Amino acid sequence: MSDVSRDTMLLTTPFHSRVEAMCDLNDWGNWMGYTTPNAYFDVELEYFAIRSTTGVFDLSPMNKYRVTGPDAQRYLDRLITRDVSKIGVNRVGYAIWCDDNGQVMDDGTIFRLGEQDYRICSYQRADDWLAWNTLGFDVTIENESDVVAGLAVQGPTSCTVLTLLGCTDLNQLKPFGIAHYTFEGRPMMVSRTGFTGDLGYEVWVPPESAEALWDQLFELGRDYLIKPIGSHALELARIEAGFLQANVDFMPAEEVVRVGRTRSPFELGLGWLVDFKKPLFNGRSALLKEQEKGSRYRFAMLDVEGNKPAEHSFILKGDKQVGTVTSAAWCPTAKANIAYAQIEMPHGAVGDELVAEIYYQRELHWTRLLAPCKVIDAPIFKSPKRWQTPAPPH
Amino acid sequence: MTDYDAVIIGAGHNGLVCAGYLAKAGKRVLVVDGRSDPGGCASTREFSAGFHVSDCAQWLSQFDDSIAKELDLKGNGLRLGLPKRTISLQPDSDHLIIDGDTISGAGVNSADQAAYRDFKKMVTSFAKLMTTLYRSRPPKLVEQNWTDRLTLMKLGLGLKLLGRERLRDLMRIVMINIYDVMNEHFSHSALKSTIALDAVTGTNMGPRSPNTVYSYLHRATGEHLGQSGTTQVMGGMGALGQSLAGAAEKCGATLKLGSRVSAITKTDDRVTGITLDSGEAVSAQIVISSADPTTTFRDLLGYDQMETGMAKRVEHYRSRSGTAKLHLALSALPAFKGLEEAQLSQRLVITPSMDGMERALNPMKYRELSTLHTFDISIPTIEDPALAPAGQHVLSAIVHYVPYAPDVGWESGKPQLLNQLISELETYAPGIGELVMASELVVPSDLETSHGMTGGSWHHGELSIDQALMMRPFPGSTQYATGVEGLYLCGAGAHPGGGLQGLPGRNAAKEILKRGAL
Repeated sequence: MSDVSRDTMLLTTPFHSRVEAMCDLNDWGNWMGYTTPNAYFDVELEYFAIRSTTGVFDLSPMNKYRVTGPDAQRYLDRLITRDVSKIGVNRVGYAIWCDDNGQVMDDGTIFRLGEQDYRICSYQRADDWLAWNTLGFDVTIENESDVVAGLAVQGPTSCTVLTLLGCTDLNQLKPFGIAHYTFEGRPMMVSRTGFTGDLGYEVWVPPESAEALWDQLFELGRDYLIKPIGSHALELARIEAGFLQANVDFMPAEEVVRVGRTRSPFELGLGWLVDFKKPLFNGRSALLKEQEKGSRYRFAMLDVEGNKPAEHSFILKGDKQVGTVTSAAWCPTAKANIAYAQIEMPHGAVGDELVAEIYYQRELHWTRLLAPCKVIDAPIFKSPKRWQTPAPPH
Repeated sequence: MTDYDAVIIGAGHNGLVCAGYLAKAGKRVLVVDGRSDPGGCASTREFSAGFHVSDCAQWLSQFDDSIAKELDLKGNGLRLGLPKRTISLQPDSDHLIIDGDTISGAGVNSADQAAYRDFKKMVTSFAKLMTTLYRSRPPKLVEQNWTDRLTLMKLGLGLKLLGRERLRDLMRIVMINIYDVMNEHFSHSALKSTIALDAVTGTNMGPRSPNTVYSYLHRATGEHLGQSGTTQVMGGMGALGQSLAGAAEKCGATLKLGSRVSAITKTDDRVTGITLDSGEAVSAQIVISSADPTTTFRDLLGYDQMETGMAKRVEHYRSRSGTAKLHLALSALPAFKGLEEAQLSQRLVITPSMDGMERALNPMKYRELSTLHTFDISIPTIEDPALAPAGQHVLSAIVHYVPYAPDVGWESGKPQLLNQLISELETYAPGIGELVMASELVVPSDLETSHGMTGGSWHHGELSIDQALMMRPFPGSTQYATGVEGLYLCGAGAHPGGGLQGLPGRNAAKEILKRGAL
């Protein structure tokens, strides 16, 4: 038995007792200061739970900030690059935010809980930046990270399992919608959001409900092959589905110390999140200049020949090195070898044919592979279930 | 069609200079100021019935010669007094007299006299070099721009011409403090502290504070640009404001005094005009603010109208001064020990030793009243009797080491400090207290209210390397443009900084015209 009362440097989440009990591999990682499982029993099987049944991922370490007050919307509109007014009440929007140089600080989701009531869910701790942003605005920022526990419940049977849990008419909830329920007398919020590219939900409860929620989910989901999933399985799913990961695919601008290592939204393929019709948002003037002068890099999704993931590879055009890979995986469902790369302009346009210089090792023997690859225009995994309302029965 | 091409906020000397140059170039310019007289810190006020005083700046020493000529200030009525010597008063009445590069009295030995001549030579060579930078927009270091490259080339050439030893000296001293530099050059205590006084007056610093060499060189550069020596303006400093206003109007600018700007208006992503306290709106292609950066960005534009990084920089911008003004209405000319009557019209300085100055800084830092101060005294009525009733006089003193907001509060703090200052004066001018018919102590927070300067800072923000040149007032808002489209700066918060120089105003006008912003 582990001594859970011991003060450890890494924190644990409200689900920890349950996570630990199910973590057969005892394989732990450090996710932003929290003890989180890399894998519970088998990465591939966990991954297939996401794609075929239901995978449950503890996302409590995500940072949650409540933004309220008369200026809440105006505040967010200056903070993020997209138009906040387009996010309706009980809707969620994917968003990025930049510094004054138009360099991406983080990405996250904005939950609109009321007229002037929002929750930002971010990968990075953002207390300092959000506080600076309050200058001149009548808003209150509250860090809710410790008072909101969250589970991602993702996969084709997820809607059914959650409906059994009491989420009535959940199948009517549109993608990026929010529904409110009660779980054992406490509020439970469910959003149709996720990081897997398939039908899926995120369930938000007070920490006091966490263990009971986990227990009931796994109890009710047993027949629907519900499985816990660790960060390695999620990593596969998100690469397949085309999601970027902070600290992996880009460096949060505030953490960068070396010149030129930050990236703009355009350089990350996120230009669609930038709305220049807004007269003011952080990074606007720098991004307008970039639009005029051109970007330094291009984000490219590469379909790589062969089955060796192009992890940490250099990308070549002829003999010239034109980029590097940030994420790579053999994607089991799409049966494709996918890599995300940062390519120097002007290379990397859709259709561009490049070469990935892959190094891999088998029994201490290193092999260098020059794998041809092609820039593709959209994520390789596309599940119609992600967008269907009502959510399709399995 | 906008009401004006440019609206200038603030009819201080820089605002008026900027207006003059823009109007001269045929632009339609409106200058707006909440005060009823033009000039800003170049102002004269009747502080007691019949007694007039330059209630902010009292000495003219740095006003750029070329601006005075180009705007014909003489033709617009500006009359200057005679150049002043500096007399540093000593408790034993053997005073130290500084006249150009010559010093006498106070038992200064020939080694210090020679060292002073060398020091002045060195400072003049640095000042000449800085003149290149001061008379142009501050060059950015990284952008490929020929104007900036030319300035940098000129600067590089100037540095080369300084010679190896001088260059080494400059690089070595510019980041250190005046205390160490004084100790390197001189042995005479009063000589050291008299020079050090020029490095700290108007700042929030003591002689051992970093950046005091820079603030000293800034002043020296101003004096090099001014070429007038230290003088008083006849009629009080307000007469400079009047002549600048006259010049600007002759060039075609419109002045609207007694109208306070309540907001800078932004439409979509650019500044489009201003709103006055009365509610009246004035539209313009650009707005140029000679108000300090904090007032301009925080109070008039608003933090919610700019990107967050910029708001953060404004919030971090240091703008506070420990310098007050003391005004005394005297029933007769006071007698100073060891001074002849003719010498009373000179610039009289009282300062403790450099250690004493540093000790005086401590209470100021911790929001307490000090028992030691420095005084920079002018009795303007000797040369300009019209400022007071016949036979009576005005004493105006710039007093350093006054806290911005003492813990005791100013209601009880002010009378206490006033008594303290008069008793410090009594040491050198016994009986002066009895001549006082009326007195006024203008503390930094009063200057903030009366002249709209955040923190009472004459320089519109501390003059330190990190807030100077291509970083003035802060990165992202330099070369007179700001992080907000259509909004420009032309005050002391812009390069090259404070003092009655006029260069921020002139440089801004030239830059705005060159950019084709109008």
